[in-house]
Amino acid sequence: MAQIVDSKAEVEGATLEGVADLAGGPRRGVPRWVITLCSLAILLALWEWFGRDINPVFGSYPSAIAVAFWDLAQSGKLGEAMIQSLQPFVVGYALAIMFGVPLGLVIGRYRVAEAALGIYVTAGYAMPLVALVPLLVLWLGLGFAVKAAVVFLMSVFPICINTWLGVTAVPKSLIEVGKSFVAPNSVILRRIVLPATLPYIMAGIRLAVGRAVVAMVIAEFFTTISGLGAIIINSANNFDTATMFVPIVVLMVLAIGLNSLIGLVERWVAPWQAEIAGRDRE
Amino acid sequence: MGEVSLIDVSKRFVLRVGNAAQTVRALSRVSFTVRDGEIVALIGPSGCGKTTALRIAMGLESATVGRVTVDGREVKGCGHDRGMVFQHAELLPWLTAMQNVMFGLEMKGMRGAELRDTAEKYLDLVGLATSKDRRPHQLSGGMQQRVGIARALAIDPKVLLMDEPFGALDAQTRETMQEELLQIHARTKKTILFVTHDLDEAVLIADRIVIMRDGRVQEILRVPLPRPRGDLGVARGTKEFADTRYHVWKALHDAPPGSPTVH
Repeated sequence: MAQIVDSKAEVEGATLEGVADLAGGPRRGVPRWVITLCSLAILLALWEWFGRDINPVFGSYPSAIAVAFWDLAQSGKLGEAMIQSLQPFVVGYALAIMFGVPLGLVIGRYRVAEAALGIYVTAGYAMPLVALVPLLVLWLGLGFAVKAAVVFLMSVFPICINTWLGVTAVPKSLIEVGKSFVAPNSVILRRIVLPATLPYIMAGIRLAVGRAVVAMVIAEFFTTISGLGAIIINSANNFDTATMFVPIVVLMVLAIGLNSLIGLVERWVAPWQAEIAGRDRE
Repeated sequence: MGEVSLIDVSKRFVLRVGNAAQTVRALSRVSFTVRDGEIVALIGPSGCGKTTALRIAMGLESATVGRVTVDGREVKGCGHDRGMVFQHAELLPWLTAMQNVMFGLEMKGMRGAELRDTAEKYLDLVGLATSKDRRPHQLSGGMQQRVGIARALAIDPKVLLMDEPFGALDAQTRETMQEELLQIHARTKKTILFVTHDLDEAVLIADRIVIMRDGRVQEILRVPLPRPRGDLGVARGTKEFADTRYHVWKALHDAPPGSPTVH
């Protein structure tokens, strides 16, 4: 009897596998978003389980954060803070892209520019920006400008360095194609170097998201306390740890969202890249 | 007209091996002329300087001594009078076949309807009219090189320079491409200088073969096969093919590097 049940279970297992194969195509198995959701569910469950045992001043747990999130969202404070924070974020980040990409292209392409400006970019990337915020405040005041400047300064260097690296990785042979057809330097830069560097540029723009988010919060801590940073500071001062976590989680979700958005943009501006590069992984 | 000459071209470059700087002689006093409408093959063992000679003819590298002339006039750097076909086609991967051909034409200043018509005409010439909207990675190696040839021919250069154009292709595709190149030559009467390491290819395609060794021209040989050569399979069976091939083979294998002899 036991034997019969066992063999039946085996048969069923095999059938299910077969169906999954048909549905997901060969070598696919479980879709990626299912794996991500499972990972998230496990993390939240563990956090909830252990978090409940901790004094609510020293830590928090997902359900408490969710309640705090609901309260903040209902009262309109969260939306208002988001808008306040996102304005300097968007401006600083956009300026970093507009400035960092051309600068990286020029440094990568021209020997003189590399020798003259490369050191500042490398040094700038390692600059302890937090220490400079008071100085920036003296120059730009406490308002919008200084916040956008902090975001800009934190994100421009990774974008620039990645672009620069990308240019140095452009195959010489493609540049020679331009030369052999007597393309002027500016055309080689715009029509050969720039598209060939796009994957690196997009990687730099992705890396910069994280730094820009951190920069935004730093700016809100050290200049006028405002936006999401203000919620973090004020609730921390009130020992309301659950509320403090709300903007932190929101920012992390924002970064993930931006990252996927950039991925979509990348597939749109550089569709050949996804087609050439194998995404066939174990 | 379309005649290209290398006159007394030498090329030295400095190579760093560890901390020591070594001067390498890539070419020593290389001279030869490709006459109007002629096909000349540059052949020799790897490192003999054949590709360097071609790149100097194109203007991608400069000669340390000597000069390059096109129709008797000295040229410096690249120019629209010479069209280059690269070993691995080197198409711009973000452009379609059509756009790749158009790129060269745009650099020549062509715009509008003429631009599209010319690009289409040359894609048609290489048999790719139906694949013009594909990107390079959607084309086979042979098709990519056809686009490379179309791109170079489209700017209507006086001389077509080809760097091992079929070296990266499989044997069968290579044979097809060789026949097509001869057909294109019959139609366009372009002057062609090409580098190859393939003995058969040199003998089947070229009117004359420049045999290079250690940076020198060792011998310049006329191929006695008549034109048009038609079916290359038949040409391979002729005595002239076998004799010339053997001659080149011997020259590459046992002749000591020395003063050039010209037949």
